[in-house]
Amino acid sequence: MKTDKLVAVLARGAEAVDPRAPARHCLAAVALGAVAATLLAAALLGLRPTLVNDLTVPMFWAKELFCVALAVAGVRVVLRLGRPGMKLGLVPVGIVLPVLALWSLASFVLYAAEPGARAGLVLGHTAGVCPFLIALVSAPLFVAFMWSFRSLAPTRLRLAGAAGGFAAGAMGALVYSLHCPELAAPFVGIWYVLGILIPTMVGTWLGPRLLRW
Amino acid sequence: MQDKDEHLKGLLVQGLAGDASAYHAFLKELAGYLRAFLRRRLVQMPDEVEDLVQESLLAVHNQRHTYDARQPLTPWVYALARYKLVDLLRRRTRTDMLNDPLDEESLLFVAADSEASDARRDVAKLLNRLPERQRLPIVHMKLEGLSVAETAQRTGMSESAVKVGVHRGLKALAAMIRSLE
Repeated sequence: MKTDKLVAVLARGAEAVDPRAPARHCLAAVALGAVAATLLAAALLGLRPTLVNDLTVPMFWAKELFCVALAVAGVRVVLRLGRPGMKLGLVPVGIVLPVLALWSLASFVLYAAEPGARAGLVLGHTAGVCPFLIALVSAPLFVAFMWSFRSLAPTRLRLAGAAGGFAAGAMGALVYSLHCPELAAPFVGIWYVLGILIPTMVGTWLGPRLLRW
Repeated sequence: MQDKDEHLKGLLVQGLAGDASAYHAFLKELAGYLRAFLRRRLVQMPDEVEDLVQESLLAVHNQRHTYDARQPLTPWVYALARYKLVDLLRRRTRTDMLNDPLDEESLLFVAADSEASDARRDVAKLLNRLPERQRLPIVHMKLEGLSVAETAQRTGMSESAVKVGVHRGLKALAAMIRSLE
């Protein structure tokens, strides 16, 4: 087929296109992933009994806010990387700032604590499992984010995979936090961040394979 | 440069709003720019140029919903064409040829080349390999110019199945071109 003919074929009867459709598809897939992750966490881990009491603890909300901020920034990066030629601009700052803020808080908490209490603030009771459980809970979200790239057109596959994994990890951490009893800033600053980094690294690794089109 | 971006962008935006003739003009002009651009990039593989022009046009068409009209056109087209080019080079050559920096966004709309050589892979033949539910809607709507309703009547498919068939068929076509060696 000659190129002129192909052009005519492509253009013929071309209907209006909704530019908001990709974001809508992406958010629908992610919402489904979030439901699946919540069910998975509820079945596997359950809500923690102290959850209702924790609602009055400021650090609980700081932890939630941390996860939400990272998730929002992650989704925004995903949507940008899904559109060819779109610059990331200042959007990644939305990832760096919450981490720096939490680390500052964690440093202050550690500095103010009795020397003997510091190890407890860092390790809590669940340091050994926390990152892996976050990675596990974020698995359905990981699938959802990789799937949502199908209605987009990523051209930097490794970066797109990393961003999808990161967003999945951040949302997974948010879901996991409803189970997790730890409320110390140093704990969250280390183990939550590590947990989010696991799907990020898996995404970086799988991106070029999963996202080719 | 910027004038051309604005001009082509205007045509594309009209096309995305459903104006098929503006969209046709957009793709036609774009084909010329892509050809000149890719011919410069593929000096050592002149036979590949027309195939890649067609592949890039298919990519532009299949991904047109990812264009954000608040952005200039050049980076969007460049990223798509570059993606298809790198994909081809990766398939065809050893990695040492990829060290060539592909940072030529500013050259994309500099020259147009309307002289098409022959593509080696025939899209019309590839079309025959599609399943019927994708092939028939494309043949009736895109080649014969029937409407969605007429195509639905002719094929016994529902109207939404016809639209989905065209959409998925063109994507499958792009994937087929990519996997052919």
